[in-house]
Parts: sequence; structure tokens; C-alpha cells
Amino acid sequence: MRADLEIIQQWVRPGHHILDLGCGDGTLLDFLQRERNATGFGLEINPDHITTCMGRGVRVIEQNLDTQGLDNFDDGMFDIVLMTQALQAVRRPDKVIDEMLRVGREGIVTFPNFAHWRLRWGLALSGRMPESDALPYKWYNTPNIRLCTFKDFEALCRQKGIKIKSRRVVDGQHQNSWLARLWPNLLGEIAIYRITREST
Amino acid sequence: MPDSLPSDSVGLVSPKTIHFDKPLELACGQTLESYDLVVETYGKLNADASNAVLICHALSGHHHAAGYHSLDDRKPGWWDSCIGPGKPIDTNRFFVVSLNNLGGCHGSTGPNSNNPETGKPYGPDFPVVTVADWVASQARLADHLGIQQWAAVVGGSLGGMQALQWSLDYPDRLRHSVVIASTPRLTAQNIAFNEVARQAITSDREFFEGRYYDENLVPKRGLMLARMVGHITYLSDASMGEKFGRELREEAYKFGFDAEFQVESYLRYQGERFSETFDANTYLLMTRALDYFDPAYDFGGDLSKALAPAQCEYLVLSFSTDWRFSPARSEEMVNAMISARKRVSYAEIDAPWGHDAFLIPTPRYTDIFTAYMDRVAREVGA
Repeated sequence: MRADLEIIQQWVRPGHHILDLGCGDGTLLDFLQRERNATGFGLEINPDHITTCMGRGVRVIEQNLDTQGLDNFDDGMFDIVLMTQALQAVRRPDKVIDEMLRVGREGIVTFPNFAHWRLRWGLALSGRMPESDALPYKWYNTPNIRLCTFKDFEALCRQKGIKIKSRRVVDGQHQNSWLARLWPNLLGEIAIYRITREST
Repeated sequence: MPDSLPSDSVGLVSPKTIHFDKPLELACGQTLESYDLVVETYGKLNADASNAVLICHALSGHHHAAGYHSLDDRKPGWWDSCIGPGKPIDTNRFFVVSLNNLGGCHGSTGPNSNNPETGKPYGPDFPVVTVADWVASQARLADHLGIQQWAAVVGGSLGGMQALQWSLDYPDRLRHSVVIASTPRLTAQNIAFNEVARQAITSDREFFEGRYYDENLVPKRGLMLARMVGHITYLSDASMGEKFGRELREEAYKFGFDAEFQVESYLRYQGERFSETFDANTYLLMTRALDYFDPAYDFGGDLSKALAPAQCEYLVLSFSTDWRFSPARSEEMVNAMISARKRVSYAEIDAPWGHDAFLIPTPRYTDIFTAYMDRVAREVGA
């Protein structure tokens, strides 16, 4: 099993109502539906992904976060709002995080770390925009328009009074590595954050 | 006419008339003591009767949804693009039931049927039926066919309203409700177009207050006009533009009022064809059923409250250029379903054909519909 799925499923209780922002082909929701008896929806805009979701029994709504937001979801209607590898692709990540924690009690966010040593090294040495397995695009065609580092994200959470309940750092293949745990902002490629506005 | 039947066709089919003796109480307060429903079925009902799919037709539709009545037919049934072996509603897996609704003019009891009390056609005395009445009659049909629960109830436009109504009135009798190019209620503009159509019919001198059968006449011009105005709302500006543009039938303007533009002659032709095959009183009834449909009405306009009893899973589809029942109307429905904690999937399909797009097999529409129905089939072991 992919390490990120393994980590995320530990935070999902049986029967949880879940919203997955940018759910892709529905792999994660399908997994949580089967393993955790979770309910809920994915939001997606890619037509092929939407078709795949429908075929596998993942409830999917065609909805664009950038233009439509989450206005159609009631406050606190989800136990968990997920956003895996999509935060860096929305126009206003700060507003999306606010909305996640409005409609859900808890958010789980994963994104690539722009401060990973290989990206730093690439930029320092070549003077060109870095590319990696997690960020395979050119600067002009990348959907990843809001890249940030773990430190940036944590600073935003602090500024907004959002509590980070857990953080797990993995490498590009979603594998755990002790090095990344030791020095995350330099050695971690992808982080999985569990955030909330609730005090408990 | 096809030289031979296509391999993905349900082939030659024939309708069956089923008589119902148990009186049906209608929303208007009247009761139909007995009635007929004309039905076609495609595919085979499996041993546990779990693979049945009900097709609900739109304003001018009927029971003949797929296949051919004879090799001389010019065209197959109205939804042949979506029903057949290997098609989205796969007749190798599903038992498909398609009927002509009450009040229709294709064989089910309606205004042009004989009123047993008078021995003459009902005409204007046929009660104004509603979407809920149709659903109630369809439930009787399900009983008759030995179907306790539909794998899915599927419909486009007015048919989608029936699929939605089913989920509210008989929550445990369907697993899936597929609502395509539909709306939870008509807008003022929608009702206005219906009113123009009705006025065209009722102001025709040959309408005779709906008793034109007795005069051996048909309000042909009125029905033609009604269809013409309706037809405009089924297409998009872009698709009409592409099909006709400003093309003239002849080379120059004739400075008169005959059909000079291609679009004029197309509309006239469509209207005429329709007026030869459709009944004016049925057209009035169907448009009224559209106007009245509003399941949220009894819940202070709150659709999510109206949806409370529903147990099925929904698939809602809209089309980008549909301005009759626009994507925004479908989204209203989807949002109410989300609010009511129902299971729902939704997609807006990019298609240039306006409201009519639900009848036209575009790749994305076919892919989504196929993927979803494949999952329904797997769920019921079909």
C-alpha cells in the first residue's frame, strides 16, 4: 500500500463523512470507502478522472475550486476534508484552507516541499527553475502555481490560528524515511498535514 | 430504413398494452377508474428481478425508446443511441422498461382515448395529470411486471423529473435515479414558453375547446406553432447557427413573408411533421405537468427537505449549452442533494446542441453514462 494512503487511513474513523478536493481518479476515496466504510464526495474537473470515479462507485461532483469555491457545502458537514497534492495548484490556497476547515472538522493536506534539498541544489547550481519527480513540469506549463515549503505552510497555519495535529514527511515515492523526519524542510519531499480549528 | 439491423440494436420490438383495473387517484382529486399503459421492454429480467431499468420519457416521447417496429422504419426509437447491446443502458445486462405515460397519445389512456362513461374521446375532460401521478402509475406497472425495486430509473428533461419524483415517493423501490438535463422546477421563462405554446393551440379555430375529435378536425396550425416555439428552446444559438446560419433557400431576398431562410423552412417542417403525429390535448397536459412540477413546494421551497425520504443514489448530468434547463438548474438539485446528505455524482457535459444534447451520443456523455450504468449492473449482479 502507498505510504500516504496508509498514513491517511489511520486518521479516518469508520463511517466518517469525507470531502476530497481534487480527488483525481478516486483511488483514495475508493480505498477509504472500502477500508473505512467512509462516505462522501470527491470534487474533480478532469473529465477522464470523473468518468473513472463514476465507474468505480466513488461519488464525484464536477466542480472547480478556483471559480466555484465550496459555497454549496454547509458548515461542518464533513468529518474530514482531504486535499492531496492539489493545494499548490489552486489560485488562493489560503482561502481554500479556510473553506476546508469551515465545511470540515479536520483537514488533511499533502503537498510537495519546494525547499527539498534537490530543488534547492538544482536552482543554486543551474540557475534554472527546479524539476523533480514530484514536480515534473516546466515553469511555463506547470499547474503548480502556488508552490511553498513546509515552513511556509506552517507559518500560514500559525497566522490563521490553525492547529497542526500531526505532520508526516515522506519521500517522492511516499515512503517513510528517517532522514526526512530528522530534517524535514531540507530532506522531506512530501508532507502530510492534519490540521484543525477545533481546540481538542 | 436500415438494410439490416445494426448489431448494437435491440432489433425488432413490439409494444404491449397492459390494462389496469384498480382505480388511480390523481393529484387533481379525480380518479381514473381504469386505464391502459403501452409498454416496450428490451432485454431479459433476471431471476431475482434485480436488473430492471425504467425509462421515463420527455414531453413528446413515448414507449418506443429503442429498436425498430419494422424493417421499413425510417428511424429507430427515440433513445436508441443509449439503449441496446453494449450501449450505456446495456440490454445484454439490463431488463429495460419503457412506457407511454398517462395522458399520452401513443396508445396509453389519454385525451384521445374513449371515455368509458360517454363512449366518446375524453378530450378536455381528461384529468390534468402530474409527474407524481405518472410515477404512481409506473409503480403499478412495476408491480404488474414483478419488479419490487428498479436497478435504476432514468430520464432526460421531463423524464428526469420522474426519476427524481420516484426517489421521493417510492424511496425503497429504486437503487439509482439518473436525472439528465432536468430541473427541480420550471422558471418563469420556462412557464412563459409553455404558455405561448398552449395559447397557440387553444386559439386555433379548429381546437373547439378540446373537442376537435367530435368535429373530425385537428388544431394543426396551433400544434405546429407550439412545436416550433418549443423546438427553438431545445436547440442552442450556436447549433442553430451552425446548422442554418443565415442561409437562404434561394439566392436573393424575395421581399415577402414566405419561408426564405433555411431555419424558417426547417421549423415549419418540424412543426408540420409533429402536428401530424401528436395530439393537441396531450401537448397541453404535458406542458402543464412540467409547469406544476416542484417537489420543494410543500417544504417552503427547500428542496433538500423534500429530498429527506430518498434512499437511492443519484447521477445528475447537465449540458453546457442547454439554456432551457441550464447546468445551474442541475447544480441547484445537486446542492440540495449534498445538503440532504444524499449520495450524488454530477457532471456538466460540454456539448453544443442545447437541451437536445441529452438525445445525442457525444463521447464524454456516452463514457460517463456507460461507466455509471456498468457500475449499477455490477451492483445488482447483472
